[in-house]
Amino acid sequence: MTAALDVTDVTVHYGEVLALDGATLRLDAGRICGLIGMNGSGKSTLFKTIMGLVKPDAGTVLINGAPPAAARSAGVIGYVPQSEDVDWSFPLSVRDVVMTGRYGRMGLTRRPRPADRAAVEEALARVELTELADRQIGQLSGGQKKRAFVARGIAQGASILLLDEPFAGVDKRSEATITRLLRELAAEGATILVSTHDLQALPSLADEAVLLMRRVLLHGSPEEVLTPDALALAFGLDVLSDGGSR
Amino acid sequence: MTLLDVLLEPLGYDFMVRALATALIASVVCAVLSCWLVLIGWSLMGDAVSHAVLPGVVLAYIVGAPFALGAVVFGFLAVALIGAVRDTSRVKEDAAIGIVFTTLFALGLVLISITPSQTDLNHIIFGNLLGVSVGDLVQVVVLGAVVLIVLLTKRRDFTLYAFDPTHAHAIGLNPRVLGAVLLGLLALTAVVALQAVGVILVVAMLIIPGATAYLLTDRFSRMLLIAPAMSAVCAVVGLYLSYYLDTASGGMIVLAQGTAFALAYLFGPRHGLLGSRIAARRRRAALDRGRASATPSTTTRGQAGASDT
Ligand SMILES: Nc1ncnc2c1ncn2[C@@H]1O[C@H](COP(=O)(O)OP(=O)(O)OP(=O)(O)O)[C@@H](O)[C@H]1O
Ligand SMILES: [Mg+2]
Repeated sequence: MTAALDVTDVTVHYGEVLALDGATLRLDAGRICGLIGMNGSGKSTLFKTIMGLVKPDAGTVLINGAPPAAARSAGVIGYVPQSEDVDWSFPLSVRDVVMTGRYGRMGLTRRPRPADRAAVEEALARVELTELADRQIGQLSGGQKKRAFVARGIAQGASILLLDEPFAGVDKRSEATITRLLRELAAEGATILVSTHDLQALPSLADEAVLLMRRVLLHGSPEEVLTPDALALAFGLDVLSDGGSR
Repeated sequence: MTLLDVLLEPLGYDFMVRALATALIASVVCAVLSCWLVLIGWSLMGDAVSHAVLPGVVLAYIVGAPFALGAVVFGFLAVALIGAVRDTSRVKEDAAIGIVFTTLFALGLVLISITPSQTDLNHIIFGNLLGVSVGDLVQVVVLGAVVLIVLLTKRRDFTLYAFDPTHAHAIGLNPRVLGAVLLGLLALTAVVALQAVGVILVVAMLIIPGATAYLLTDRFSRMLLIAPAMSAVCAVVGLYLSYYLDTASGGMIVLAQGTAFALAYLFGPRHGLLGSRIAARRRRAALDRGRASATPSTTTRGQAGASDT
């Protein structure tokens, strides 16, 4: 069986900075994988490489066995950006933003057809934002904003979802709502890669976890990855036991 | 003299009819493009490209090529040079923009000074609405139509490019191409607008309408209506004022736009400085009235609240 996502020996430089150093990662369809690592460990870079935004110096990325360009044209990759990367005062409604998920399937002028409108309404209902769909995109809470972008991926019909720190600035309840949504999508066959700094919530979110420090240090079940020794390796300190030492 | 006379009198002159047509087309084309420039954060880029096209236009004039060709070549040259200076030196982008466009603009000035028919070319710098020839008007119509058609048919792609180029890339669009097309349109628009207000003031028409519309609405589709409407009204008002006050037409049009922006900035219902406060006060007053009518005992407090605001 070909993996949904197959990253092999990927090395990425930004000028002098080595951001990824031979990272290798294989994900099967329908799995949720939590990506953890300290700031600057290369999480966002890995996402950008999978999307083909950054060209690796070495190594390959295959999505459903095909190169990223083919996966992009097929609309397979859905991306939920890190909050800092979004212009929240942009004059678009929530519905407009979700509609952009359909652009890859539309004609040259991207005029929505009934099927597109239906898909957008369905995605909005799925993330429980139907009532707020006419709001400007910035007039949502942190958790609602994340759900709006997940809805865009749903409307797109993406089978691989990349979420860059969806839980930053989101309260526990919204986090639980998003987690439930992601688990449903995975159960329907979507493959989901989520970067997160919330280690406590990892076991309830993910089927597997990856510890990144320019390269993949460890890839296994959340329990295997969340051992003090492994974390000390990735973060350079005792993350889980530091409550006692201070 | 009735209002109708005031409006019709200038149109008795052919040159005023051509001036009005040119001003209207330039203002609408610039205004539509400005909606994207303002949102992408390309105001400085608009300033740079609209100045940097000057040597291209002058060279085109010298060799007898279309102005648009020279403008597009130098528009892209400016953007390439800015990118090169920014990426290969420690100079930051704003400085790179300032260095490149002023140098190219200066090159244009020097070229004008050594080109025989000087008066003609000086109109490029300050604009010469009242001297627009039939040939100039044809050029404005053709270029304006090309720019508007491309902008409006691909408007959703450009908006996505402005909002989330990463997503555009992820679904198989090409953000680099979209950006390059937008820059090409910017250079063409600069040619259209320099007939109206001149190279120096083009940037005003490329920023003010979009910025004004952005203050007035939270919907991009409405910005695309508000910006050209506001810009066209300002072009007409500015041109008539310049006719009756005998002042510079390009300058008058930009003054009218600046005034319109100031009004939106102050009185815009949502994002205006005073407008948002007035709206908030109305909401509070309505809330107080609602409370007052719901429970009679709070009537006095409601009135006190209303009077001290
Ligand atoms: N555009 C860039 N130019 C130069 N260096 C970069 C660029 N983007 C990232 N880097 C560097 O590459 C390394 C990896 O960055 P990346 O953004 O992938 O980290 P991250 O794991 O996403 O961090 P965070 O948790 O802070 O989001 C860092 O050292 C960063 O400084
Ligand atoms: Mg990151």
